[in-house]
Amino acid sequence: MIKTDALVIGAGPVGLFCVHQLGIIGLKSEVVDNLDKIGGQCIELYPDKPIYDIPAVPECTGEELTNNLIEQIKAFKTNFHLNERVEEIKKVKKKWITKTNKGTEFESSSIIIAAGVGSFEPRKFPTQSAEKFKDKQIFYSVKNKKIFNNKTVAIFGGGDSALDWAIEMANTSKVILIHRRDEFRGAQASINKVNQLKEKGKIEIFTKFQLDNVDGNDELENILIKHDDGSKKKIKTDYVLGFFGLIMQLGPIAEWGLNLNKKTIPVNTETFETNKEGIFAIGDICSYPGKLKLILSGFHEGALAARGCFKYARPDEKLRFEFTTTSKAAQERLGVKK
Amino acid sequence: MSKVTYIESNGKEHTIEIANGLSVMEGAVQNDIPGIDADCGGGMACATCHVYVKDDWYDKIPKKTDGEEDMLDMAFEPSQFSRLSCQITVTDELDGLVVKLPSKQG
Repeated sequence: MIKTDALVIGAGPVGLFCVHQLGIIGLKSEVVDNLDKIGGQCIELYPDKPIYDIPAVPECTGEELTNNLIEQIKAFKTNFHLNERVEEIKKVKKKWITKTNKGTEFESSSIIIAAGVGSFEPRKFPTQSAEKFKDKQIFYSVKNKKIFNNKTVAIFGGGDSALDWAIEMANTSKVILIHRRDEFRGAQASINKVNQLKEKGKIEIFTKFQLDNVDGNDELENILIKHDDGSKKKIKTDYVLGFFGLIMQLGPIAEWGLNLNKKTIPVNTETFETNKEGIFAIGDICSYPGKLKLILSGFHEGALAARGCFKYARPDEKLRFEFTTTSKAAQERLGVKK
Repeated sequence: MSKVTYIESNGKEHTIEIANGLSVMEGAVQNDIPGIDADCGGGMACATCHVYVKDDWYDKIPKKTDGEEDMLDMAFEPSQFSRLSCQITVTDELDGLVVKLPSKQG
């Protein structure tokens, strides 16, 4: 059981800055995120795309913003529990006990939900019949690439994941790449490489096709793909890989007894506390009159939520408002050397 | 104000008046039309406001950008009439627009 003052759910920009705000007032925090890396939507959806509305930063990318936030909280030596999703929470004697899908347990006086629109999960084939073979012959990520050796693999998608795996497997498997349109959106070098492999007969490509159905009893045997013009094609394959990016799912948060408004959590704008004492919500996932889904709004929300946590973490102490410019305590916590 | 009709995958129709300048996505969200999730809030980053524009309207609305086309790769059952509704701005020219909603957004 890991004991901390505040458990932050979500390692996006808002969760990261909240760690900073907790840190400078002397509160410890741990961060859990379902992605395999820090940065949330900034790193998953737009690492290379520019952001122009971070105060005092005229332009930066999602990745740069993430790296700067990580640098800003370095002194707090925060633990990040990546690839983990919080499943259950319960209150035991004024403390929140939280458990992740990997079995990690936390005890904290507060929980700060900075989970955006929920956790990222792979997008699946719309085809109902595909569900039956999921994790057997149909996969949305590659865990053990050896199983594909000398097999036929049908890869769906037009982005970097689809292209990279098509290239990687071209030498060891029979690769069929299928995409809904003629243009691929991956890196130009990868597109060129795929086209070269196609000319050498190492990859077969079908464009303007999508999965229509899968066929097989105990084992998947064939897939049926459908062209934009309605014509269909049957392909014999051993495995199917789908790379359609990630979608955000609210997931277990919906089960915690929090008030929900569509997929957002209403909060009071004084401390960003939810209807549950000691549970706060900040960033895209919270809602209140006038809410803007901007990173800068999330920073403000995190600053207030951190102060809201203080009374639960240090019930016998009074929090004094201080500026980092002049606060000796805050500077010590930030590791400022004089 | 312009009229936009949203047809759910079960055939249920909703015709609403939307102020010009708002997006077709915003019109749906503000009027609680089921079937448009709009997770990213209109940033062309999630493909959960996917709609099928009725075929006779498809060529009348401003063309999609490359970024929107890339994002549609992620949409649930995209077709040649697919658009992201956050990228369609309501104008007088679009009065009477009809969009169909996919059975789900992901």
